Amino acid sequence: MDAALLIDFGSTYTKLTAVDLENEEILATAKDLTTVNTDIMIGFNKAFEKLKEKIDISKVNFVEKLACSSAAGGLKMIAIGLVPELTAEAAKRAALGAGARILGVYSYELTKHEIEEIIEKKPDIILLAGGTDGGNKDCILHNTKLIAEYIHDVPVVVAGNKNAQDEIDAIFNDAHIYHKITENVMPRLNQINVEPARKVIREIFMEKIVEAKGMKKAEEFIGGILMPTPAAVLKAARILADGTDKEEGIGELVVVDIGGATTDVHSIASGEPSKAGVTLRGLQEPYAKRTVEGDLGMRVSAMSLFEAAGTRKIKKFIPDTKYDIEQRCKFLQQNVNFVPEKQEDIDFDEALAMVATDMAMERHVGFIESVYTPMGIIYSQVGKDLLNVKYLIGTGGVIVHSKNPKKILSAGKFNSETPNYLKPMDPEILVDKEYIMSAMGLLAEKYPDKAVRIMKKYIVKA
Amino acid sequence: MGKTVVLGVIGADCHAVGNKILERAFTDAGFNVVNIGVMCSQEEFINAAIETNADAILVSSLYGHGEIDCRGLREKCDEAGLKNILLYAGGNLVVGKQEWSEVEKRFKEMGFNRVYPPGTSPEVGIKDLKHDLGIED
Ligand code: B12
Repeated sequence: MDAALLIDFGSTYTKLTAVDLENEEILATAKDLTTVNTDIMIGFNKAFEKLKEKIDISKVNFVEKLACSSAAGGLKMIAIGLVPELTAEAAKRAALGAGARILGVYSYELTKHEIEEIIEKKPDIILLAGGTDGGNKDCILHNTKLIAEYIHDVPVVVAGNKNAQDEIDAIFNDAHIYHKITENVMPRLNQINVEPARKVIREIFMEKIVEAKGMKKAEEFIGGILMPTPAAVLKAARILADGTDKEEGIGELVVVDIGGATTDVHSIASGEPSKAGVTLRGLQEPYAKRTVEGDLGMRVSAMSLFEAAGTRKIKKFIPDTKYDIEQRCKFLQQNVNFVPEKQEDIDFDEALAMVATDMAMERHVGFIESVYTPMGIIYSQVGKDLLNVKYLIGTGGVIVHSKNPKKILSAGKFNSETPNYLKPMDPEILVDKEYIMSAMGLLAEKYPDKAVRIMKKYIVKA
Repeated sequence: MGKTVVLGVIGADCHAVGNKILERAFTDAGFNVVNIGVMCSQEEFINAAIETNADAILVSSLYGHGEIDCRGLREKCDEAGLKNILLYAGGNLVVGKQEWSEVEKRFKEMGFNRVYPPGTSPEVGIKDLKHDLGIED
């Protein structure tokens, strides 16, 4: 039987998913600890042994072996632009959509101090933007010169003012800086253009970063490490929403992915105002948008979640807990491998997951503001209107393994107490039961139709 | 290459018709018009001018609160490094019928290079802008 082996070299676990390509079924999944510090293949082989116990390997022919990775810190990026709300924000969104972890966002002309800070942060790639096409060149040229002078070993993606490209190219060539030039992330004011930059970031990830992170060896056995894990999830979300030429998608959706350190939200939706008479303001939003909340997580970020939410907000989701909220969050942060078994511990984890969902959604979706005038109220909207999105999908350990995924995800729905946040009003709630979204993002590279059909089969009503 | 102007209606003002006419007129006159639309804060005018390297900012105010909305714009431009950028204002800048020369004086003191009374046609602004930017007709 022809099958695909899909591999996610995660920060903690290396997860394998075996897919029967003919019957479009998940054959088995298995995982073991990621071993990027010694030899990435050790962890892989252990997981593979476990997989072999679950399927009759003699009957399976893996015609496809594809991988994504967030091991060794993931794809770490710095985004640089001119105005914070404009090109710097556009650059940040491009990097997030490429599956990166953003170490810092910088705007205006860089200082030497900031350059030192960037060097200290050890990014894998720098995304350099600034100016609309035909607009400001001074800033991006200044920043180019500083990078050329002080930062030598970090690949740079240039996605700024078209009219500065030739000069930037010459400066980086002279300084022997590895760089790629692509289309501007904001070619015209407020108009966003993130796909070309995302594509180039991924190229560099495959060409250089995989090797730099000591994962080249894995490529001898598998076809290639194609993208960072979050990019695979975004890809899966997008193809599930839009479908393919042959296979219909399910329509606009939001994916909430809660992890130990971060909570990711992906929305595949235009986000246009759903009500008449609303003016849309600010930078255009990407159709496929990813946001990452580095302070909202179940373990590593349990304390920062506590600090962001506060006792009262968490208590709202778990009024009768015997735990002191702060102490409990501290405990969870210090015991990152803690797996809850007692009901009260499960309940506490689920309450944290609800807070993470609520807050991450609030930060992801658009916001509506009313302006009072003598002729009544006028509305202006910043960000995406997701009120009418059809599906809210949950993935990530705490949701996938929960008995109450619906309860957790409902915290991400529209709330009449905070009606200015344009969260989904009445979405159908689905759960990625087999935890296959990143695997399906990979499969979609070669078999998009199959990926859509398999997701429709395995991502089920919560 | 054409000169760039940032165009918009300042404050909580939603009068959209004149803005569209101005966009059309200045574009036809050869300007690269960056229209940020209605209900724009001072910061939005400034940020747009920075990214697009604009030569002038054209502010409209129709609903009568122009004076309050425009106050401090020149100072913020200076702060943002938009040295000597041209600032024009027009529309129905103040409430009711006030002595125009007084209104003009107050706006000039706020740092506006040109100030237009209600009903000024776009052509007047275009002619002045070409003059101020040294563009030959
Ligand atoms: C249509 C209209 C509305 C519509 C707007 C619909 C829309 N979204 O566009 C609605 C009903 C929503 C509305 C609401 C209000 N309106 Co009203 N509205 C008008 C009206 C009748 C026409 C405006 C118009 O479109 N004119 C046509 C365009 C082409 O002309 P223009 O806007 O003046 O722009 C031209 C010139 O001024 C010039 N120009 C403008 N800016 C600049 C800048 C430069 C640099 C240059 C060179 C030239 C220039 O060029 C433009 C193009 O030719 C005017 C009265 C009038 N006849 O002007 C009142 C008027 C503007 N509104 C007025 C008021 C008070 C209001 C309200 C506060 C309350 C109310 N009375 O309803 C609210 C405010 C809402 C808000 N927050 O903005 C007053 C303003 C009074 C003042 N400034 O002293 C006016 C003058 C009516 C009046 N006489 O009382 N309004």
